[in-house]
Amino acid sequence: MTDYVTYTTGEPVADTKAPEGPIHERWDKRRFEAKLVNPANRRKHTVIVVGTGLAGGSAGATLAEQGYKVIQFCYQDSPRRAHSIAAQGGINAAKNYRNDGDSVHRLFYDTVKGGDFRARESNVHRLAQISVEIIDQCVAQGVPFAREYGGLLDTRSFGGVQVSRTFYARGQTGQQLLLGAYQALSRQIAAGNVELHPRTEMLDLIVIDGRARGIVARDLVTGKIDTYVADAVVLASGGYGNVFYLSTNAMNSNATAIWRAHRRGAYFANPCFTQIHPTCIPRTGDHQSKLTLMSESLRNDGRIWVPKAKGDTRPPNEIPEDERDYYLERIYPSFGNLVPRDIASRAAKNVCDEGRGVGPGGQGVYLDFADAIKRMGRKAVEAKYGNLFDMYQRITDEDPYQVPMRIYPAVHYTMGGLWVDYDLQTTVPGLFAIGEANFSDHGANRLGASALMQGLADGYFVLPATINDYLARHPHRDEITDDHPEVQEVLAETEDRLNLLLSVDGDRTPDSFHRELGELMWEFCGMARTDAGLRKALERIPQIREEFWRRIKVPGTGEEFNQSLEKANRIVDYLELAELMCLDALHRTESCGGHFREESQTPDGEAARKDDAFAYAAAWEFTGTGAPPVLHKEDLVFEYVHPTQRSYA
Amino acid sequence: MKLTLRVWRQKNADADGAMSTYEVDGISPDMSFLEMLDVLNEQLILAGEDPVAFDHDCREGICGACSLVINGDAHGPERTTTCQLHMRSFRDGDTIDIEPWRASAFPVIKDLVVDRSAFDRIIQAGGYITAPTGSAPEAHATPVPKPDADYAFEHAECIGCGACVAACPNGAAMLFTSAKVNHLGVLPQGAPERETRVLDMVARMDEEGFGGCTLTGECATACPKGIPLTSITHMNREWLRATRKAAKR
Repeated sequence: MTDYVTYTTGEPVADTKAPEGPIHERWDKRRFEAKLVNPANRRKHTVIVVGTGLAGGSAGATLAEQGYKVIQFCYQDSPRRAHSIAAQGGINAAKNYRNDGDSVHRLFYDTVKGGDFRARESNVHRLAQISVEIIDQCVAQGVPFAREYGGLLDTRSFGGVQVSRTFYARGQTGQQLLLGAYQALSRQIAAGNVELHPRTEMLDLIVIDGRARGIVARDLVTGKIDTYVADAVVLASGGYGNVFYLSTNAMNSNATAIWRAHRRGAYFANPCFTQIHPTCIPRTGDHQSKLTLMSESLRNDGRIWVPKAKGDTRPPNEIPEDERDYYLERIYPSFGNLVPRDIASRAAKNVCDEGRGVGPGGQGVYLDFADAIKRMGRKAVEAKYGNLFDMYQRITDEDPYQVPMRIYPAVHYTMGGLWVDYDLQTTVPGLFAIGEANFSDHGANRLGASALMQGLADGYFVLPATINDYLARHPHRDEITDDHPEVQEVLAETEDRLNLLLSVDGDRTPDSFHRELGELMWEFCGMARTDAGLRKALERIPQIREEFWRRIKVPGTGEEFNQSLEKANRIVDYLELAELMCLDALHRTESCGGHFREESQTPDGEAARKDDAFAYAAAWEFTGTGAPPVLHKEDLVFEYVHPTQRSYA
Repeated sequence: MKLTLRVWRQKNADADGAMSTYEVDGISPDMSFLEMLDVLNEQLILAGEDPVAFDHDCREGICGACSLVINGDAHGPERTTTCQLHMRSFRDGDTIDIEPWRASAFPVIKDLVVDRSAFDRIIQAGGYITAPTGSAPEAHATPVPKPDADYAFEHAECIGCGACVAACPNGAAMLFTSAKVNHLGVLPQGAPERETRVLDMVARMDEEGFGGCTLTGECATACPKGIPLTSITHMNREWLRATRKAAKR
């Protein structure tokens, strides 16, 4: 066993920015208390934004509208391709257009409960408050949300809630919202307020005198590594689900920006909180490079079932009604197929573990639309879900109008991320993290259609208000230039790392290591985790890391377009982050949300939280590769939503 | 399945390119086209050769990054993106030609990777509604008739992949440009900038070196998102309307 598990516990960490007082007044109060930067002075401030998804795109556009000078980066060839584009189902907002009892407080309540009481109340309440403004903003930008015949906006339901508050644009809500943000950003690029660097990847953070002052980034076309300095740095680089190799993330989504920031002093919170999404298309073989999600909105009308008998290999349409187990409807009658994601995923795993799974390898359950087609007609089903059905058919070569879909859980989202305070500032002053890159709003489990809400809330409304306070209080009068010794030092370290990767010239490809790590993580740090399994993973990861630096083969040079080098460099960071994820999962001996420890469950197999011991966010401090990190706890105080055992029965 | 691949190899933007031939074996019909290329690349790396560079990211048909001309067709034989094309569309023993998008406005960066930033500049020229954060009225203040909302959505589905340009014998970007013009132009929120938008975007499109449109319709046939050819005629009407209006002023 490595000594990595002998972590120590340091000083607690606390949010000092959320004001006291009634929760619904806190955001107004904070905005009033926050210092402003005179409009004429904003041009003098430069802000770096890394990433152009919903959070980064909206933040870059808004900061530029406010008058700041923005330098923005994305690894894709265009900001429009950030992975937010793949979000399908919708975006939550407490508009209560349905008059079905929704309110800001209910959205707040549902999100805290859905997150299994591991999120910070102040942040979540603010998110619910802002949700209504987001819809207004997006409609004004021309986002073509689904509408009813009267011309008003349509909504639908998502898991974990009993109101209809999810706004959507067919199965392409993320795409439409992202294009809205991209177009707002494009307007600012044309106006000269945003300097965009596409096909450029952040490789390290520059910290000078304890403050974030810039980044090191590589031009992926020429291979040139450059430094960029600024007054503040905003990371909007997304989550780290690709640690698992197979996930619903885009192939190039990666953890390098947040991990490098962590190595430079930003605490990493709740790394083990990963979301396994229940409705993904099962894998077909070893060649699989990624997994495709089928939107949770399908659970509005699709019914999930497996055969009652083990090893029943009859085609689904030949299994009579009374020999089917609609297990979600049976176990959770009031929420039925719309239980939260963590619960639906675990239930699917359980029935498959019992030997009742369907499809190749028994790793799948049915999502059946026969009843919906009978009830609504094929046309109505087509209008609602047509593109998802097409996508399913294209991938599996099966027609979901005729036979039930087969689905299985897959890694989808990471609730953990860089620790941030109410202002979304990390523990490195001047470094902010927004969207999936931070840990703030979803606790141990994110509800469906809440990621888009959070990304846009952070980017359009929260960060642009809070970053003023930092910039006003810390006017960097000391001009830092690219030839500053500390800037040059970080640059040299980055160049050394890439040169080392190129020089090993071993006999294993980057993908082979990534696959191996991913399988290990899925087995031991996936849907169910045990003390023994996590210890095994913690023993194995340093061995893989050692082997990686001995046997990695990266063809070509650093001075050219080199996708193998990009991959290998990302794996370097996964090999460290994976270790922290396992340690976090090992130390949290309770089950909560997406984190299920087999040792901690109720007699009927539900997650058993231990509020006395674990009602905190675990913020980890880096001390060195493979060296035991320091745990800083942020105690979570629940003044408005009393923690209870979640019940969706 | 065993396949012969003839792939365009080009070291960088300035180098000359040529087709190179490779063999791949053990290809499953369930693989996506890009997973088949992954197999080739693993093979090349272990053999000490430079793997084939190609753009890809989401691999679920929505980001618009993937961009291959397969046997002469943009995105290959099915009406979808390259990443959603599966090997069951091919037969054992097939020879497959793989090339990058061909258009002078999309210069090759390396192998199968091209520079599509011209599309971004067309959007920057006016493919937006000016609505700074915080300025929005209540969403229900302006109802939008459902047919208009559906029309907007249908055009907003464009993923900016560039297949329309690659398929067009003239290398025109009319389908891409018109999709955005029509998406925003039909909405009440887009009305104030309706004329300037179409004039500025079309002007930018011309400056970027895209060819002229002769309505051959190849673009709409290749479009993985089904943007209709009428999108172009609608834009032409918008452009004429805006030009006349500008002349009157």
